[in-house]
Amino acid sequence: MIALSLAPTASWYLVLSAVLFGIGTFGVLVRRNPLVMFMCIELMLNAVNLSFVTLARQLNDINGQTIVFFVMVVAAAEVVVGLGIIVAIMRNRSSMTADDLAELKG
Amino acid sequence: MELFVFGCAALMVLIGAVGVITRKHPVHAALSLVLTLFGVAVLFVIQQAHFLAAVQVIVYAGAIVVLFLFVIMLLGVDRVENLQTEPLTTQRPLAVIVSLGLIGVLVAAFATGSGVLHERGSGILVPDSTTGSDANTIQLAESIFSQYVVAFEVTSVLLVVAVVGTVLLARRTKDSVSENPK
Repeated sequence: MIALSLAPTASWYLVLSAVLFGIGTFGVLVRRNPLVMFMCIELMLNAVNLSFVTLARQLNDINGQTIVFFVMVVAAAEVVVGLGIIVAIMRNRSSMTADDLAELKG
Repeated sequence: MELFVFGCAALMVLIGAVGVITRKHPVHAALSLVLTLFGVAVLFVIQQAHFLAAVQVIVYAGAIVVLFLFVIMLLGVDRVENLQTEPLTTQRPLAVIVSLGLIGVLVAAFATGSGVLHERGSGILVPDSTTGSDANTIQLAESIFSQYVVAFEVTSVLLVVAVVGTVLLARRTKDSVSENPK
């Protein structure tokens, strides 16, 4: 009975995903290395995926898991393009922070 | 039992996430990201999303993190970010306020929305002796290849565009190669 009442409900997973999303947001706002900013975006995407799967279980609907599949594919494509851009920008550069990308500043 | 697994996985997720945003070295941040991704995969497994857990481990922890590490090695591993200096003085307090406020808004939305959520789907098959061990994979495949087959085909176009675009972005053109020695 105690084990039954202590089983984690859907809100536990949703709160965990909210905290994970908040940590990812903090990282994107604070870190200045573009690679680490990308990793924080991955954290936020994973938080969204976690809440999708949780709500799919709660609502008894397989479509929540289907959309997580598509989010993963789009995230993979996004990482490939983003890392290509970072490599193209950073190849001939000594320092590597997002603050250094100010070439268009007047 | 589910509580124990949830606690361990949540601990993995949070420790990994904090590691990503606090480690100075990008390689350490990438390895912390692996911890978080495995924790999310465990959370997928205990929520009966077995196929997605496998895809999470293969695509995220396998392919994407390897891609990150590859780019870190390509750009130089010795570039450690100095986390002590703060170029914008109010950046970190503002970031703390924004992210805590975001967490608060999300939790409030979940708390108010949990009462109006009701079961709307036709059910998720849980693998057991009657449905077979791959029931989740079969059900997900039926959803993707019947209802969402157009989206699936569009995703393949997206992947081709991403691959071609990345090759164009990252390769050295003949002009830049011939101009560099001069």
